[in-house]
Amino acid sequence: MTDSSQHAVEIVGVTKTFAGTGSKRAKSQGDGTVVALDDVSLTVSPGEFVSLIGPSGCGKSTLLRLIGDLDEPTAGTVSVFGKTARQARIDQDYGIAFQSAGLLPWRSVAANIELPLALHRFGARERRDRVAELLSLVGLSDFGDKYPEQLSGGMQQRVAIARSLAEKPRLLLMDEPFGALDEMTRERMQSELVRICAETGAAVVFVTHSIPEAVFLSDRVVVMSPRPGRIREIVPVALGDDRGELLREDSRFFAGVTAVREALHGAPAASAVRGVESR
Amino acid sequence: MRRTAGKRARAIALGTAGVLLLALAWELYKSFGPLAGWGVGGVLLLPRTDDISMPHLGAMLARTAEPLTSAADSQPVWLIVLLGCVSSLGTAFLGLLIGAVVGIGLALVMLRFRVAEAAVLPWLVLSQTVPLIALAPLVVTWGGQLQFGSFSWQRWMSVAVIASYLAFFPVAIGALRGFQSPEVAHTELMHSYAVGWWKTLFYLRLPASVPYLLPAMRLGAASAIIGTVVAEVSTGTEGGIGRLIIEFAQSGSSDPAKAYSPIAGAVLMGLAAAGIVSIMGLALSRYRRNEAQS
Repeated sequence: MTDSSQHAVEIVGVTKTFAGTGSKRAKSQGDGTVVALDDVSLTVSPGEFVSLIGPSGCGKSTLLRLIGDLDEPTAGTVSVFGKTARQARIDQDYGIAFQSAGLLPWRSVAANIELPLALHRFGARERRDRVAELLSLVGLSDFGDKYPEQLSGGMQQRVAIARSLAEKPRLLLMDEPFGALDEMTRERMQSELVRICAETGAAVVFVTHSIPEAVFLSDRVVVMSPRPGRIREIVPVALGDDRGELLREDSRFFAGVTAVREALHGAPAASAVRGVESR
Repeated sequence: MRRTAGKRARAIALGTAGVLLLALAWELYKSFGPLAGWGVGGVLLLPRTDDISMPHLGAMLARTAEPLTSAADSQPVWLIVLLGCVSSLGTAFLGLLIGAVVGIGLALVMLRFRVAEAAVLPWLVLSQTVPLIALAPLVVTWGGQLQFGSFSWQRWMSVAVIASYLAFFPVAIGALRGFQSPEVAHTELMHSYAVGWWKTLFYLRLPASVPYLLPAMRLGAASAIIGTVVAEVSTGTEGGIGRLIIEFAQSGSSDPAKAYSPIAGAVLMGLAAAGIVSIMGLALSRYRRNEAQS
């Protein structure tokens, strides 16, 4: 392959097992050990939008957590911009957003977005400018002084996304950020995310269990299967830069949805062949 | 906002009604209860209602306004009780302060070291079962041995230490619960920011602990006052409300109404302490936003 530092994320042969309730030395599956990921390899290029999709238990969130160094792999390596995941976390190479917005209720919207900048001791002026910039990016310029509880779920999630962008990361990790939103808010947020990604040029690893969401947003959709968590297939979608609302009615969009669905559920004849291909 | 105002008015009305009901019950029983009390086989089950056992509320109030003794320069009872309250409240406040510092310090140690939580927590619970009266003379003796330069240990300092012994416990428990209250999403966020334990403490755990710390401080304040009064009694410290309770009770048969003034004083002290904590709560209302939600 090419020089690994050119990849935003490079995952090679990663396995992750969680010990069951029994002794920590338990290795075999019979002792309640859960194999969350089994020999998974994946690369994400700079600026690329990659979705991880699959049924619950397929390890998609675990994979995201390994990239973010919130967990450590049992075997294999995870590198982010050519560094270890740990070093990338320390260097703040990524921004992260979870399913729950996770805003601090005692900080105003502006102060929540400012949090990473305050923690990493940015200057007061730089912080103020950056917060104003981010507020307008997510369309919340009038809400900087509000508190999270005064905002709707969709607005809270936009604040969380603004916060994840605060330090201009080249990589965004998102774990079902729109999972708790209603369908209409969700589609609007997806369009905004497409716009934000185009403006910032960041690579995104996006966990979701919605097929249309994955297809609409992604350059590539990584379809995973559970027990043990494996990559079943990688579906390239890349519906182009002009992803307006009309795209949701476009035949290419539906073709993408069908392709991902077939990969997910295993199309009658093709599944066996595809399974071999992805190895 | 309006709903909370209505709630507050209701609470005040109910509180006042409760006090009035108690006063009414007292006076009713005094009017209609048996004068010599009532009992079975020499065991008194209903108290006597004569003026020595149960003075009229009016007599108690009137006695408060009168001078303590018939001497010409004698101060009125209310002033003496008030001065006693101020003295005891000062001691209790110092006790609460020591208790809060020790309690929060212990909570931090237990938060930092899982082992410490397992090792220390049972001892904290056990510490509260030691009778205060047993402890008081020990503290006075130890304190008496402290003397450096012009500083010498005063008896009221012992009282403050004993009060802090009661006050630290609820603060330690409340602070620990508060420090451990942030959701996993929040602690993982701090982890993703690669910040250390102290920054996580100041930016996340400390603000998150406020809704737990305030009730703990209220309990601690009440404990500090009880501790102060009991310690004043058992160490014989002069000037405080504890001493007045004993002194006034001793003249019970000749001047029964007088004994109730310092008790009322102690109640007022408790209310004052609770009020101060509530004002602290108002100042910290920014950190109590999630309280209203849940």
